[in-house]
Amino acid sequence: MSRIGVFVCHCGENIGRTVDCAKVAQAAAKFPGVVHAVDYKYMCSDPGQNLIKQAIREKKLTGVVVAACSPRMHEPTFRRAAAEAGLNPFLCEMANIREHVSWVHEDRAAATAKAIDHTRIMVEKARHDEPLFPVKVPVTKTALVIGGGIAGIQAALDIANGAQKVILVEKEPSIGGHMAQLSETFPTLDCSQCILTPRMVEVAAHPNIKLHTFSEIEESKGYIGNFEVKIRKKARSVDLKKCTGCGLCMEKCPVKNIKSEFECGLGARTAIYRPFPQAVPNKPVIDREHCLKFQKGTCGVCAKVCPVAAINYDDTDEIVTEKIGAIVLATGYRVMGTDLYGEYGYGKYPDVIDGLQFERLASASGPTDGNIVRPSDGKVPKKVVFLKCIGSRDNAHGITYCSKICCMYVAKHAMLYKHKVHDGQAYVFYMDIRAGGKNYDEFVRRAIEEDGAMYYRGRVSRIYEHGGKLIVKGVDTLSGLNVQIDADLVVLATAMQAQEGIEKLAQKLNVSYDEYNFFTEAHPKLRPVEANTAGIFLAGACQAPKDIPEAVAQAGGAAAKVLGLFSSDELEREPIIARVNENTCVACWYCYNVCPYGAIEKKEIKDKQGRTVRWVAHVNESVCAGCGLCNAICPSKSVELDGFDDGQSYAEIGALSE
Amino acid sequence: MIKIGYYPGCSLEGTSSDYGMSVRRMAEGLGWELRELEDWNCCGASAAHQTNRLLALSLPARVLALAEEQGVTELLAPCAACSSRLISTNKTLSENPETAKEINEIIEMNYKGTVKVLNVIQALQKHAMPEIERKVRRKLTGLKVACYYGCLLVRQPKVLKFDDPEEPKSMEQIVAALGAEAVDWPLKTDCCGAGLSMSVTEAVVDLTHKILENAKFHGAQVVAVACPMCHSNLDMRQLDVNRRYGAQNLPILFLTQLVGLALGIPEKDLGLKKHFVKATSVVK
Repeated sequence: MSRIGVFVCHCGENIGRTVDCAKVAQAAAKFPGVVHAVDYKYMCSDPGQNLIKQAIREKKLTGVVVAACSPRMHEPTFRRAAAEAGLNPFLCEMANIREHVSWVHEDRAAATAKAIDHTRIMVEKARHDEPLFPVKVPVTKTALVIGGGIAGIQAALDIANGAQKVILVEKEPSIGGHMAQLSETFPTLDCSQCILTPRMVEVAAHPNIKLHTFSEIEESKGYIGNFEVKIRKKARSVDLKKCTGCGLCMEKCPVKNIKSEFECGLGARTAIYRPFPQAVPNKPVIDREHCLKFQKGTCGVCAKVCPVAAINYDDTDEIVTEKIGAIVLATGYRVMGTDLYGEYGYGKYPDVIDGLQFERLASASGPTDGNIVRPSDGKVPKKVVFLKCIGSRDNAHGITYCSKICCMYVAKHAMLYKHKVHDGQAYVFYMDIRAGGKNYDEFVRRAIEEDGAMYYRGRVSRIYEHGGKLIVKGVDTLSGLNVQIDADLVVLATAMQAQEGIEKLAQKLNVSYDEYNFFTEAHPKLRPVEANTAGIFLAGACQAPKDIPEAVAQAGGAAAKVLGLFSSDELEREPIIARVNENTCVACWYCYNVCPYGAIEKKEIKDKQGRTVRWVAHVNESVCAGCGLCNAICPSKSVELDGFDDGQSYAEIGALSE
Repeated sequence: MIKIGYYPGCSLEGTSSDYGMSVRRMAEGLGWELRELEDWNCCGASAAHQTNRLLALSLPARVLALAEEQGVTELLAPCAACSSRLISTNKTLSENPETAKEINEIIEMNYKGTVKVLNVIQALQKHAMPEIERKVRRKLTGLKVACYYGCLLVRQPKVLKFDDPEEPKSMEQIVAALGAEAVDWPLKTDCCGAGLSMSVTEAVVDLTHKILENAKFHGAQVVAVACPMCHSNLDMRQLDVNRRYGAQNLPILFLTQLVGLALGIPEKDLGLKKHFVKATSVVK
């Protein structure tokens, strides 16, 4: 005989505003099997949880239904409370009357009726619940960090320094990411390379970190604590073990005019190259699309000059499989292309550049050794115009978010320019100045007040070349006047976007992403460094636009989460697992074909003489994720899912028809 | 034979009769059969949509409904203001069934929304490109053309969904197919001041001067337009511009006239003689 307790939560006003919670409790009290029903303002609070615990003990409840928010939010909370009172936690169910009722309806009477229905359904389910016991699985104490920019580097070092193993995968030939391209960093103006490169070296030298550069994630399966990830190590054509990084091959390579990706097209590189002199590993890679050996079968100079025979033209991609316990995504961002803004002439006029290109011009290690000159003629520009919000906050072009870092880096650019070109004048067109952050607003004020940057609040309508100058036509909305500047150089602060093709990686790892392809955090406030797939964590600009301090802070947070996960040898996982009835299974293998986790195995049934009688499906408990696909597809109804068996589902449906 | 419905609108029958002439002759040359709508009315441009929303929708809606009744699926509206009003009305009616019902009651017709409106550039893109190159009898080799779009041809972007509103290229592609050279110039979508032509003529002279001067600076020998208002401002106001800023003498041609010339149609049939700034000096 069931003795169910029903607990209806107001969630402050979130539910109470639209649903008459007292009425729901009154109605629930009359459901078959219910012996106790109450409502309370905050069921998740300490007094609220005590109501549940007390009722379990005093009324000898055999099941609990909490009508409140989504189980995604508080199911663990209430199950923990039930367990503390001695009830098997899987006998505690939730009816979602917030996301599914109060938040999406306005009519109080109808919403209350729907809330009563939801509660009735879950009471029926609870009446059919069986106690379940958590499955213990071992944890592989190796973390995979995807992306070797500052966020990935920080996460990898923090985990490695916590005495756990890390595998760091970077798709480019070197780690370092965008930060390696920056000149100086706001708000302190310390040199980006000076603070980054020592950390890159630390990564390479760390005994707990295995580095795979020029590599990408091929495939991932498994679950928290037990992922199995295939990594494609792209053919580098250079043997990293033999190569000493002497650089002779790059010196002698005859193809010298390839636009360098690292220099954002402002400098050239050879076909065998390393992205920049401080690269880690400091060893080259052959760009096969431009290499004469690969394109025409000629040349072969690099192999001839290499003193240690490290060049291998027959190198092929290699797939390595790694066992992983947790994954940190740190894939970073890219800078938006400028083809959305034909009126600014990017690509047409060489002296219209983007922010990252300006970084290279201002960088001491850049193509101009840090001299700020025009790409077109190498002259020092006397008037430089910076345009903010190019793409960002622009509904017409589909990017509605603020890229967050541009206000700060444009102020920095204006400053760096003034520090290098004393008689130059910087102009900035802005929509708003968003400089929230420690010492950030002070930094912008310095750019304006001490370094004399001229800030105009307004947009630019067009840029065109006229008599060797770039005519910038804009408006100053504060004075109400049109502004026209005959500039020597124009810098577009283009939007920060998610990496290209990142949705494919997200699909491989089964993590969710938003409409702009930024990875979605599990909770925007309380779980900002976790993806909503267990065991996968987020760091840096792959989640949303971020500056360096924020990316580093989040990376540290993700590392702490990983170390927490690795602090025990076993993980408890939910016992929501499929089971096969071997007596009725006809080995049609529908379940085997449909299982996304590879959890179904083919099992032989043998007679006493050891002869195979027949085959049946078998579920590997440690791999099964409890998705229920096998349960749904089985034509002979031989698969049941614990906690969601057919009897329960029919009872739930039956409850609705009453 | 490509059959297209034809809505001349008032300009092509009056102040811009040369545009009207050249549209018809060009169509013949390209093998299009233009079927002028019977009993068409004014689209109401400027005057109507400044004063009354229902009137602004009803006038173009009647034109569209007539086209539908007369079996037209594609309607050519060469005037930029007409095409803008017709396309905008089409969009409003298709997205708002309530409004569509109200308008249908006013015009006492039942427009279902099956008519697609094309401006001249769109019609050429769809029914003459790229094979126009083979139909060219008189290649316009060496002629440097500044393609001028003004405000209405490419705006509002969400309504028209045609070309890049800030850096359009479609007219240039047609001009290039005729053998002429389209110059790269920045003011092709700047305003000519059409709406102020009568009320603040001074401003129009100033705006027109900027456009003409910039086109010349970039080497243009003629300016190509596809809007009667642009044409009258740039052509007719050039005398005033000359008086204030010095001589410009930049002939302004409708795109249809350039296509017509390239197809080998005689100048007089294309209305070239009706211009204030004579084109004869450059187009021979």
